[in-house]
Amino acid sequence: MAINTNEVTWVEPPQLGILDQLYLPAIAGGMATAFKHLLETVTGTGPEPTQQYPEEKPKLPPHYRGLHRLNRDEEGRVKCVACYMCSTACPAHCIDIVAAPSPWKDREKYPETFVIDELRCIYCGMCEQACPVDAIELTSIFDLTGLSREQMIFNKEKLLGVFDETVRKGTDPIRTHTGKLGPASEPAEGGLTESSSAQS
Amino acid sequence: MATVFVNNQPVDIGNEKLNCVQAAEKAGVLIPHYCYHPALSVVASCRMCLVEVGEKKADGTISMLPKVVPGCQTPVKDGTVIVTRSDKARDAQERTLESLLLNHPLDCPVCDKAGECSLQDYSFEFGKAESRMHDEKKTPPNKPDLGPNINLFTDRCIMCSRCVRFTREISGTSELYITNRGDHSEIAVFPGDPLDNKLSTNVVDLCPVGALASKDFLYKQRVWNLKTVDSVCPGCSTGCSIHIDGNKGVIHRLRPRTNPKAQGHFMCDEGRLGFHYANSAERLREPTIRGPHGWTTVGHREAVQSVQQGFNEHSLRSITGVWAVLSPFMTIEEAYLLANWIRDFGREARLVLGPVPIVGEDDHYPKDCRGEASPGVPKFTIRAEKCPNRKGVEAILQHFTGTVLGFDSFLTALAKGQVKAAILSGGYIPLGRGHWFPAESVPLLEKINMLVVQEIFASALSQKAHVVFPSATWAEKEGTYINHQGLAQEIHWNSGPPGESRTDGQVYLDLLGRTGLMRAHQLRREIAQVVPALNQLSTGYLGTQGVLPGEAPPVQSQKRKIPVH
Repeated sequence: MAINTNEVTWVEPPQLGILDQLYLPAIAGGMATAFKHLLETVTGTGPEPTQQYPEEKPKLPPHYRGLHRLNRDEEGRVKCVACYMCSTACPAHCIDIVAAPSPWKDREKYPETFVIDELRCIYCGMCEQACPVDAIELTSIFDLTGLSREQMIFNKEKLLGVFDETVRKGTDPIRTHTGKLGPASEPAEGGLTESSSAQS
Repeated sequence: MATVFVNNQPVDIGNEKLNCVQAAEKAGVLIPHYCYHPALSVVASCRMCLVEVGEKKADGTISMLPKVVPGCQTPVKDGTVIVTRSDKARDAQERTLESLLLNHPLDCPVCDKAGECSLQDYSFEFGKAESRMHDEKKTPPNKPDLGPNINLFTDRCIMCSRCVRFTREISGTSELYITNRGDHSEIAVFPGDPLDNKLSTNVVDLCPVGALASKDFLYKQRVWNLKTVDSVCPGCSTGCSIHIDGNKGVIHRLRPRTNPKAQGHFMCDEGRLGFHYANSAERLREPTIRGPHGWTTVGHREAVQSVQQGFNEHSLRSITGVWAVLSPFMTIEEAYLLANWIRDFGREARLVLGPVPIVGEDDHYPKDCRGEASPGVPKFTIRAEKCPNRKGVEAILQHFTGTVLGFDSFLTALAKGQVKAAILSGGYIPLGRGHWFPAESVPLLEKINMLVVQEIFASALSQKAHVVFPSATWAEKEGTYINHQGLAQEIHWNSGPPGESRTDGQVYLDLLGRTGLMRAHQLRREIAQVVPALNQLSTGYLGTQGVLPGEAPPVQSQKRKIPVH
C-alpha cells in the first residue's frame, strides 16, 4: 500500500549554534569521560569489570527462562497429567504430548511421551504459566548446546533428567509442592479468600 | 398464531407445542439445561433451566408466577412471558450450578469433555467463580467396565439421568439405572449386564459432563485441537448425519449430527467406531501399474494415461467388452463422472452396479425386554443395506443405461470371457465381512486385458489388476450421498487422501480430460441439469440437513450452526 503523503510529517534537523559548530565543548566532554574511566580503572574504584564468562558463570535471577524441566512428584513419578495446556499455550508449537491412561491408581492420565523441541522453543514461559499442576518449569540452564538437531529434541526422560540434575546441583530448587488437580475447588491458604471473607 | 415474550422480545411460535427452553431457543436466548434433551422425556431433575414465567393478559397487564419454574417442564402458550436473566432467575441458576459443582472434582485438565462441556460453559456464563464448599468432596470409585465401549468417571456425574433415559427410551435395553439416593446417587449397571447395545456410545454424546467417556477416544486428543466437518456416515443406508473430528490428517472420532430429516440425534456404534481403517498405515498410497516385470509405482498422470490408452484400444476393438462397475460407496458425482467417461466410448459400453452388501435385517429401536423391536414407529433404525449411496448410483445408472444392471451380469460376462477392459470402482469399506469381490471369480479376472481397480487396501482383486488407483475414503472427499429415503446429503473432507492418492472423482475428471479440481457443488448443478431424476441438486448446495426429492434446495452454502444441546 502506498504511503499517503498527507500522513507524512517532515522533520527538519535542528540548527546548530556557534558553540556546536566549533565541536570543542563536545570533544572536551568526551575526553573527560575517557579520563574519568581511566582514573577509575587505575584506582580500582569503578563499577565491576567484565564478567569472565565462560570461566566465571553468571548469577541468574530465579525467574530466568532457560531449558525446561519436567518435575517429579513426591513418589518420583512425572508430575505431568498430560492435559495439553502447555502445548495449547505454546506459541511456537514446540511441545508434543501423547497421553495415555496412567498406570497408577491415584491418577487417571499421564504423558506416555512428552517431547519439547528446544530449537523451536522461544523460551517465553507460557507453558510454565499454563501448567495446572506445576509440572513444567523453565530452569536457569541457558548454555544449551548439541551436536545435532536430534540432540536438541528433549523427550520425557531427558526433561526429567534436567529436573534431577538441577535439584541435585541446587541451581533450581523445587518451587512448589502442588501437583493435585482441582485447585479451583480447594479453598486458598488460610481459609476463605479475601473477597469472600470481606463479603461475610 | 401464538406469541411468546422471551426477555421482552416477542417470538411467534405458530402452532408448535413448545416448552420454555425451545421457545427461548427460537428467540436466540439460551436457557441453560442439562437433563432436558429434545429426544428424551422431560424429568426436570437438574433444575438448571429455572426461569421466571408469567402471562400477558388481554388487557396488557402481566402477572408473573411467584417462584421460578423449570423451563423444560413448562409449556408455553399465547402470551407466555419468559424472563431468563432477572435477578431471581439468575440467582436460581447460579445456586443450582453451585450445588452441582459441590462434588464435581474439577479435574478438567484430564477430562476428555473439557472444551465441549456444558458444566464448563454454564459455569463461565451463569456460575460463580468460587465454591463455598468446605468439606471434602466425595470421590466414588470409577467404573471403567460400565460397557465395552464406555467408561464411567463416577465423581464427575451430575445426575442428569440422560443416559438412563436413553437406554430406556431410545435403545430400549434398559441397562443403566441410578442406585442410591441423594448425593450417594450413582449411575450403575446390574452385575453381568454391562452397557452393551448397538447404540451404547450415544450416551457419551448425551452426557453433558465428562462422566461417560468413550474408550475409543479416551485421552486421544483435546477437543479444541480437533477440526470438525459435517459429513454422512457410510456404514448403512440410513445415512446418519455426522461430524468428523480429526487432527493433522488423522480421524479421531465421529459424532452424530442432529438431523431430523435423516436419523434424528443419534448414530450406531458400528458406524461411530468403524472409521479406523481410514487411519491405517497399510492403505494403498500410490498408483501402481503391473507390467511384464512386476509392479511399478507411477505418478498419477502416468497411471491415468495408461488407463486412457488401454481403454481406447479395447473400445475400438469391441465396445461391448468395456465394463465399469460402480460401487454403491461412490458419491453421485463420482458415479456421474465415471459413467460419463465410459459412455464416451460408445453407447454399448456396459455400466453395472457393484454388489450391495446386505447384512441381516433392518434393526429397529427401541427394543423391548425380549430384545425384539417394540411396536410403533421406530426411533432409530440400523439398516441391513451396508452402503450409503445405492439410490444415488442407481439414479445415475438409470439415466445412462435406462436400467440398473446388477453385479451378476458382470460376473456372467466375466465367466464367458466377454469382459475385455474393466474399471472396478472402489471405496468399499472393509467391514470385516470378507472382500466384496467374490473370491471364486478372482481367477477369472486373468481373462481381462485391461483391469483397473480402485481400492483402499491391497487385496486379491488388486493383485489381478493392471492399474491400481488408491481410493480415498469417504472422509477424504466431498460429494453427495442419497440415503434409503432419497435424502441427498453433502459429505465433506476432513483430511486429504494419504500419500500420492487422489480422490476417485479427481481420477475420473482426469480420465475425462476435464481440467481443474473436483468441485462438488459445480458438479451437482451439472448433474441436476443432465439427470432430471436428481433435480434436488439443482443449486449445487444441500444445506446442513440435506434435500429430499421434490424439496427446494437452499440457494447458498449454509454455515454450520452449533447446536445448543
